Amino acid sequence: MDAPETLTPLHPDFIKVMRISGALLALVPLIGIGVLEFAELVPRGALLVPALLLLGYFVWVLPQRRYARWGYVAGEDRLRIQRGYMFYSDTVVPFGRIQHMDVDQGPIERRYGLATFSAHTAGTHGSTITLPGLPHEDALALRERIRDHIKRAQA
Amino acid sequence: MSDAVVEAPLAEGERTHKLGLLVSFIAGLPQLFFPILAVLFGTGSRNNPELIPLVIFGVMLVSFVFRWIAWLRFRFTLDDDDIRIEQGILNRTVRSIPYDRIQDVSIEEKPLARLFGLGEVKFESGGGEGDDAKLSYVSMDRAEALRQTVRSRKALAAGGEAAPVAAVKAEAEPVFAMDNDRLLTLGLYSFSLIIFAVLGGLAQQFDFLLPYDWWDFKHWIGLAEDRGVSINGIGAGAQIAGALIALAALVGIGIVTGIVRTVLTEYGFRLDRNERGFRRRRGFLTRTDVVMPVARVQAAVVTTGPIRKRRGWHALKFVSLAQDSKEEADFMAAPLAKLDEIWPIAAETGIMPPDPDFAFRKSRFLWWATGLVGLSIGMIIAMVATMVFADAPFRLAVWMLALPLLFLPLVWLEWRRYGDLIDGRQLYIREGWWRQRLAMIPQLKVQSAEISQGPIARALGLSTLHFGVAGGSFAFVALPLAEARAIRDQVMAQVAPVDFSRV
Repeated sequence: MDAPETLTPLHPDFIKVMRISGALLALVPLIGIGVLEFAELVPRGALLVPALLLLGYFVWVLPQRRYARWGYVAGEDRLRIQRGYMFYSDTVVPFGRIQHMDVDQGPIERRYGLATFSAHTAGTHGSTITLPGLPHEDALALRERIRDHIKRAQA
Repeated sequence: MSDAVVEAPLAEGERTHKLGLLVSFIAGLPQLFFPILAVLFGTGSRNNPELIPLVIFGVMLVSFVFRWIAWLRFRFTLDDDDIRIEQGILNRTVRSIPYDRIQDVSIEEKPLARLFGLGEVKFESGGGEGDDAKLSYVSMDRAEALRQTVRSRKALAAGGEAAPVAAVKAEAEPVFAMDNDRLLTLGLYSFSLIIFAVLGGLAQQFDFLLPYDWWDFKHWIGLAEDRGVSINGIGAGAQIAGALIALAALVGIGIVTGIVRTVLTEYGFRLDRNERGFRRRRGFLTRTDVVMPVARVQAAVVTTGPIRKRRGWHALKFVSLAQDSKEEADFMAAPLAKLDEIWPIAAETGIMPPDPDFAFRKSRFLWWATGLVGLSIGMIIAMVATMVFADAPFRLAVWMLALPLLFLPLVWLEWRRYGDLIDGRQLYIREGWWRQRLAMIPQLKVQSAEISQGPIARALGLSTLHFGVAGGSFAFVALPLAEARAIRDQVMAQVAPVDFSRV
C-alpha cells in the first residue's frame, strides 16, 4: 500500500456525460440572458459574449480537465478516490466500514452504458462517497467484490 | 425503521397507567387553543358570549374522549424475543422491536407526570434517527422493572446468561455527581443573554397584543418627557450613571439566566457505571434517566473556556450517533469537573489522555490568516463601491481595509491553540480559544479519511485531513500534503483490517 498506486481512470465517455449535463445546466442562464438581450435591456452582446465564454469553459474545457484528475484504486481492503481540478480531494474508505452501497444510472449515463457507484459509511463527515463514470458492469463488479470482502470479514 | 409493522389483532397485553391519560390530557390542553378558536369563529358563537364556555368544554370533551379511546386501544407486551406495541383506534398497528435491536431504555419524568409518580419510557433502537417506541406514562416502579426485564431478556437473546433481575440493591457510589455548590458554580460560568432573544421573539410574534409601538424609542423618550424628564437636561453624570445601571442590570440578568438554565437541566446530576455503560440522571423540573452504552462511544471531547480554566474546570462529552437532547448532540458525561475527575470516566470507555511526553504539532500561521482573504476582498469591493457610488474620499474609504486587521488577533489566538497529535492508538485535536476543546478519537472508530485542498491551500502546499467518525466531524488542518498522506495511511493500516461489526 505504501508504493505509489496507479489510479484507474474513469471511462473516457464520462467526459461526454459531463459535457451534456453541463450543457443542459447552462441552458438556464443562457435563456435568461437571451431574453434580456432580445428585449434590448442591455447593450447587444454585453452579457451574451462573456456568458458564452464562461459557460463554454465550464461545458467544454473543464470536463476534460476534471476527467484527467479523476481516478480510483480498488485495493485489497479499501477504496481510494482521487479527484478535483480546482478543489483536490483524496478519500479512502476501508471496505470493512461500508454500511451499504448503490449503483445508480441516470438517463445520460445509461446512453453511454455508464453508472455511478456510491458507498455509505457510518461517519458523519463524508459519509457518502461517490464514484461516477464507471462502465455499468464494472460498477456492479466493484459492488460484488466489496460485498464478498465484508462477508468474509464477518464470517 | 426496520421494526416490522404487521396487522394482527391481539387481545392480551398491558395498558399504560390510567393517570397518564389525565397527564397527557392536561399537557395537551395548550394544543386545543387553536381548535377552540376555530370552533368559536366557525360557528359564529362569539356573538353570544354565553356559548363560549360551552364550546370550550365541548372541544375539551372531544379531545378527552379521543385520548381515552386511544388509551383503551394501546397495549404493550413483553415477549420472549421482542416488545410488541399495539395501537390505533381504527387502523390497528402492531409494532415489534426485537430485544437485540434495543440499544437501551431511557426514562423521562416531565414535571406534571412527576407529580403523579409517572414516567415516559423510551426504547431506543440505534441509528439515532426516526422516532423510537415510547410508552407514555407508566408508574416509575413499572418503568424501572421494564428496564430490568428488557436488559435481562436482551442478554438472553444475545445467547448469554440471563442477567439476574437484580433485587434493587443499595446503589454503588456514582462515577460522577454534582452537589449544589458545584451546580451554582457552573451556573455562574453559564452567563447567558438568551432571554433577550426569547423575549424579542415573543414580542415580535405577539406584538398585536402590545398596546403601542414597543420598538419605538422616541415613544419612550416622549413618555419620559411627558413626566418632565428631558434626556438632554439630566446632565452627563446622570447619563453615565444611567448607562452603568443599565449595564449592571444586563449583567445581573445574564447571571440569573445562566443559573436558572443550569439548575433546570443539571440539578441532581449523577453518573453511574452499570454493566454495559453509563447511566445518567439529571434535571430539576423534567428529570431524565439515560443510558449510554460504552460500545457506542466513538470519541471523547473535553471542553473548557479561558475563564473557567483558571480554576481547572472542564467538561467531558462523549460523541456517538445518539442525540443527547434537543440542544446537545453529544452525551454530557460531566458538566463541570477537574481533569483528575474526568480521566477516570473517560478511561471507562478505553479513551486515554494524551501522553505529556508527546508534543502536539503546530500548524503554520499563514494558513489561518488566509481565512481573512475573503473578508479582505469583500472590503476592497466595498471600498471601491463607496468611492464610486457615494463619492467617499479615498482617505476615509481606505479605513475599511483595517477591518480584516482587527480580526488578526483573534485568528492568532485560534492558531496558537490549535494542535494535533497521533500516538498510534488515538487521534488528538486541540482547538479553539474561547470554546476550547480537546477531542480524543480512538483510531479504530474512524470510518473514512479524506484529504482536501482548495486553491489557496494548494499555493501554500497545505491540506486538510478529515476523519469520518459516527456522530462527529474531526479534521487535522494545515498539514503538508505528504504528511497528510502519511498520517492517513498510518490510520487506515489500523482501521482497514477490522470490520465494522467488531468495533
